[in-house]
Amino acid sequence: MEQDISIKITDREGVTHEVLAPTDMAMNLMEVVRSYELAPEGTIGICGGMAMCASCQCYVLSDTTLPEIQDDEEAMLSEAFYVKDNSRLGCQIRITPDLEGLEVELAPES
Amino acid sequence: MIKTDILIIGAGPTGLFAVFEAGLLKLKCHLIDALPQAGGQCSEIYPKKPIYDIPGFPEILAGDLTNNLLEQCKQFEPGFTLGERAETIEKQEDGSFVVTTNKGTKHQAPVVAIAGGLGSFEPRKPLIDNITFFEDKGVEYFIKDPEVYRNKRVVISGGGDSALDWSIFLSKVASEVTLIHRRNEFRGALDSVEKVQELKNKGKIKLITPAEVINVVGHDKVEAVVVSQAEHIQKEFEIECDHFIPLFGLSPKLGPIANWGLEIEKNAIKVNNALDYQTNIPGIFAIGDVNTYPGKLKLILCGFHEATLMCQAAYQIINPGKKYVLKYTTVSGVDGFDGTRKEAPKQVVKSIN
Repeated sequence: MEQDISIKITDREGVTHEVLAPTDMAMNLMEVVRSYELAPEGTIGICGGMAMCASCQCYVLSDTTLPEIQDDEEAMLSEAFYVKDNSRLGCQIRITPDLEGLEVELAPES
Repeated sequence: MIKTDILIIGAGPTGLFAVFEAGLLKLKCHLIDALPQAGGQCSEIYPKKPIYDIPGFPEILAGDLTNNLLEQCKQFEPGFTLGERAETIEKQEDGSFVVTTNKGTKHQAPVVAIAGGLGSFEPRKPLIDNITFFEDKGVEYFIKDPEVYRNKRVVISGGGDSALDWSIFLSKVASEVTLIHRRNEFRGALDSVEKVQELKNKGKIKLITPAEVINVVGHDKVEAVVVSQAEHIQKEFEIECDHFIPLFGLSPKLGPIANWGLEIEKNAIKVNNALDYQTNIPGIFAIGDVNTYPGKLKLILCGFHEATLMCQAAYQIINPGKKYVLKYTTVSGVDGFDGTRKEAPKQVVKSIN
């Protein structure tokens, strides 16, 4: 279990969940949300994680260092709604040990 | 009234493959899809992305898979009602179903197979308070008939392929095309981006970036949009126009199917996976990503299998008591409804002297 990290995710109802996420399964943040069913099926990860739908948009609340935003993620965010300065796409954030203590809030469905 | 054997709701990979499997059993299919083209997500969201887990294809682009499936089922002459969403279903006295779309098109079939994926794709509407008031009064989320825009002033917003491609196309038709995007960068095929650049340089497309439409102005139809631009200093201004076309992609919604009396769990339709993928309503099946059962995997390859078993059950409903044995296409060939026949070449039997 040493490979698991702890993440706080606030769902779209405003409820915060502290969850354990494995770092050795090539999972991303969107998939962690789905695996704990923190958002209804069909409302998150619609494109499957290609940075092509923004259904996994979240706001990063902690000052955790995240992987740098890539062109396709930035392009998708520029077309999404409810975007803030701390918006990221969960599908583009791979779960690594560096993310221990990450806190995010899911953006509204759109 | 369009009449068929199996009415398939959703023209994605699962629905298209069902046409082929039904055809082998001499059953005709008609498909309804809310999108204007076949292929579902494969053609709408990721046509140029590769898929690696279609059996027999180490790598295939989603758009090519769609084309292949259309090619594979074409001799069974499927009918299509595209750009319309299945709205209501009514069971008839003879046990068949009548499905009516949002445009009022009626379809009748003894078997209905819902292959609706994550649902019908609805446009993502920008967060502008009064936008719904102007829908069909100058605000459109799809371009169905480009002629509507002839000699009109059009404002398009969005930064993806569809915003680029329609700006290019309408620059030949409309009197004025303005493209508005939140950033200076666009994401699309390289030649589309370059073409827009060229048309901008020629003055055929007016480009406003980084900017956003924040309001629609007009009495009973669109007369102008309010634009907020954030270059150097923040400023707001109006652009007079006849049409405003926001192109921010589509998001799937289960929609009216949710009210058909089907058992639904986690935005998916519960089916009997031990047998035939039938729902709680006999005669209505659900196949592909739209269904759920213990151990369900939302994979195209699973949809193919589900479609195949569904067709066998549909055959029994449509031809009660009729004998049937499974045939291999290699042995029996494929007889199309269009009179074509595909078959394995005969073996050469010849003596060697």
